[in-house]
Amino acid sequence: MSAPSATEVMTVAAARSLRDGTSCLVGIGPPGAAANLAQRLHAPGLVLVYESGAIGAKPNRLPLSIGDGILAETADAVVTVPEMFNYWIGPGRIDVGFLGAAQIDRFANINTTIVGDDYQHPKVRLPGAGGAPEIAAACAEVTVILRQSPRAFVERLDFVTSVGHGDGPGSRERLGLAGGGPTRVITDLGILEPNPETRELTLVAVHEGVAVDEVREATGWALRVADEPRTEPAPSAAELETLRALAGG
Amino acid sequence: MRTAARTVGLQEAIAELVRDGDTIALEGFTHLIPVAAGHELIRQRRRELTLVRMTPDIVYDQLIGAGCARKLVFSWGGNPGVGSLHRLRDAVERGWPSPLELEEHSHAGMANRYAASAAGLPFAVLRGYTGTDLPDRTETIRPVTCPFTGEVLTAVPALELDVAIVHAQRADRAGNVQMWGLTGVQKEAVLGAKRSLVTVEEIVDELDPTPDAVVLPAWTVTRVAAVPGGAKPSYAQGYYERDNDAYRAWDAIGRDRETFARWLDDEVLGGAPAP
Repeated sequence: MSAPSATEVMTVAAARSLRDGTSCLVGIGPPGAAANLAQRLHAPGLVLVYESGAIGAKPNRLPLSIGDGILAETADAVVTVPEMFNYWIGPGRIDVGFLGAAQIDRFANINTTIVGDDYQHPKVRLPGAGGAPEIAAACAEVTVILRQSPRAFVERLDFVTSVGHGDGPGSRERLGLAGGGPTRVITDLGILEPNPETRELTLVAVHEGVAVDEVREATGWALRVADEPRTEPAPSAAELETLRALAGG
Repeated sequence: MRTAARTVGLQEAIAELVRDGDTIALEGFTHLIPVAAGHELIRQRRRELTLVRMTPDIVYDQLIGAGCARKLVFSWGGNPGVGSLHRLRDAVERGWPSPLELEEHSHAGMANRYAASAAGLPFAVLRGYTGTDLPDRTETIRPVTCPFTGEVLTAVPALELDVAIVHAQRADRAGNVQMWGLTGVQKEAVLGAKRSLVTVEEIVDELDPTPDAVVLPAWTVTRVAAVPGGAKPSYAQGYYERDNDAYRAWDAIGRDRETFARWLDDEVLGGAPAP
């Protein structure tokens, strides 16, 4: 079997973080793959929820779109989009949310709107908010998945699309955000978690073969590192095999 | 007196219902996207449209690139699973073929705007947007205080749609419409719009009961048009699958102005009668 790609390393680490018996709001790409992988390995009772309206979906292959037909066909319940946001996501009924990001800051606030400092004339127009602001506000836990680079891990976001831990301790409470906010950030280099007191992202694990200094260099601020960051084991043969079978490749 | 949906051809329906400058939603949350109706708007050269949709995808990219749009009201604009919409980006980043005004929301905000218009209410209330930069950029996001608890919440206004266009699996001869699978905000869009068009895969004698089906009685719909395959390259559950390759192929077509112009000539305008 060929060596795991960066995306596969992130996907497997994300899958391992999901506990059996919880509900998980997944998108496409690595989050969807991670949830599907976890369901096949250690978390058969994981409930997959897609914001397109499929609750308890059990796809046997990875959909390219969150609205793929296989999701509604295998779901326990299919609901409309207003119901999904007003009855399910908003009240915090989903345990874990997965988000991607173009930019993230040290408090795990997220930008998926624009790159550049002029909203009217952005350097890059990104897709926008989608369901992310409410997922970030309401889910008990949020896992963010993105590749780590100084362009993505920035001192200051060009736009705050979704709130993580705001400007530090007490921010979420002041804003009235009921969910727990981002609990982990999984990158191709390692895993970051907010410090319980300062809420600042701290490197708690590096992937096998990655040096802590590499992670520092890929971060646009002075990165906090745990006293003894652990090593996240590389994907096992069983994990990779299952993941690749899901992807159909 | 209530009048039942009249069944007409797609060309006639668009000509009758959609005017230049209208605010119009072609809805479909990844499923049942009314692509053929979008192409007919391009062929009839509608201009200055305010396009509304939660998830503008490639048919909105095509409408924008073809110069039909003045403004886009949306919450997520991308090619799902593939990447950017390059015609949308060209319009926003470089004003080509014309500048595009944006009014952007989150999905929860847009879904509630549709629900408010279906309910005939001036606005909807949600917990949302707090702490984000969106309220600074979007006029249609305002704080509102709950008269019972004093909690500060977010208000978003009802959408004011001239026309809603959706695609459904089928209708009967009386114009009653049935759709199932992921039905997004289509019911809200139709009930919230002044005029509506439903394109369908087929017109049948009898609508068999189907799990999770949304039924729009004939008197809630203005026009029905039979357009088999009208949601391609998206899918119609029970009829055809999503053409994932077409979504991937769009990336290269939409990326370049000339390639896009050729595609438009060949695939949409080719053989079209003069407007």
